[in-house]
Amino acid sequence: MAGHRSVGDHGPLPTRRATLQVMTLVGLAGLGLAGPAHADNAPGWPAEAFQKKSQRDALQALLGMQFESTDKITLEVPEIAENGAVVPVSISSSLPNVTSISILVPENPFTLAASYKLPEGTAAAVSCRLKMAKTSNVVAVVESGGKAYGVARQVKVTLGGCGG
Amino acid sequence: MPSTIRVRAVAGDDSTEVQALIQHPMDSGFVKGHDGKLIPPHYIEVLTFKHDGKVVFTAFWGPAVSRDPYIKFSFKGGKKDDDLGVSWIDNLGKSDSSVAKIMG
Repeated sequence: MAGHRSVGDHGPLPTRRATLQVMTLVGLAGLGLAGPAHADNAPGWPAEAFQKKSQRDALQALLGMQFESTDKITLEVPEIAENGAVVPVSISSSLPNVTSISILVPENPFTLAASYKLPEGTAAAVSCRLKMAKTSNVVAVVESGGKAYGVARQVKVTLGGCGG
Repeated sequence: MPSTIRVRAVAGDDSTEVQALIQHPMDSGFVKGHDGKLIPPHYIEVLTFKHDGKVVFTAFWGPAVSRDPYIKFSFKGGKKDDDLGVSWIDNLGKSDSSVAKIMG
């Protein structure tokens, strides 16, 4: 059909090219929307990490690395949580230059629960409350000097926090 | 509309301790409502605290953070009557912000 179009024929060619360009743009936009991140996610929110189901994948997406064990993180969680909807978690660390503290609950539908960015001057200590679907480890991961360190403690949940 | 943000910030000798409670459903998307249908996910994604024009704390949250979330942290500096800015934005694009006075 278009095989014999001469070089001098400027008729339908630019139009067709423009159409193709528009289609490519629409296609790319479509891919963007179909990807894991919603277009309206809050700026900076690590969408990919929050969608991972395994601890390893979540840490890889969030920090780009796995953690080493350490005794320089204090993770306070209840041994038994009667109500999985409200599990208090406190984390502090004596590691130097801590830039982030993240909390993972591997038995939850999505592993990553929260991640806190700590600028210079902000203490390496944070407390919050999490939902736990069932008995699970709670894993605290601290970024210090470009490396990741972590500790885990089990919380027994008698009434899950994700089933209502 | 009343603010969804309640903050208590207290300046100590060289740092300020901040505790905040945000009113938010933090729906995980895994819980069924009274009609038996799943309540769609609705949770805060980013919570930011600012002091003296500088971000002092950023929280990235997912659906596993409890309803009406609580947070506690502390940062170096801050004195009585300083402003502490707090703002959040959720997965539906809703947001709120507030300015609290640091207490002595």
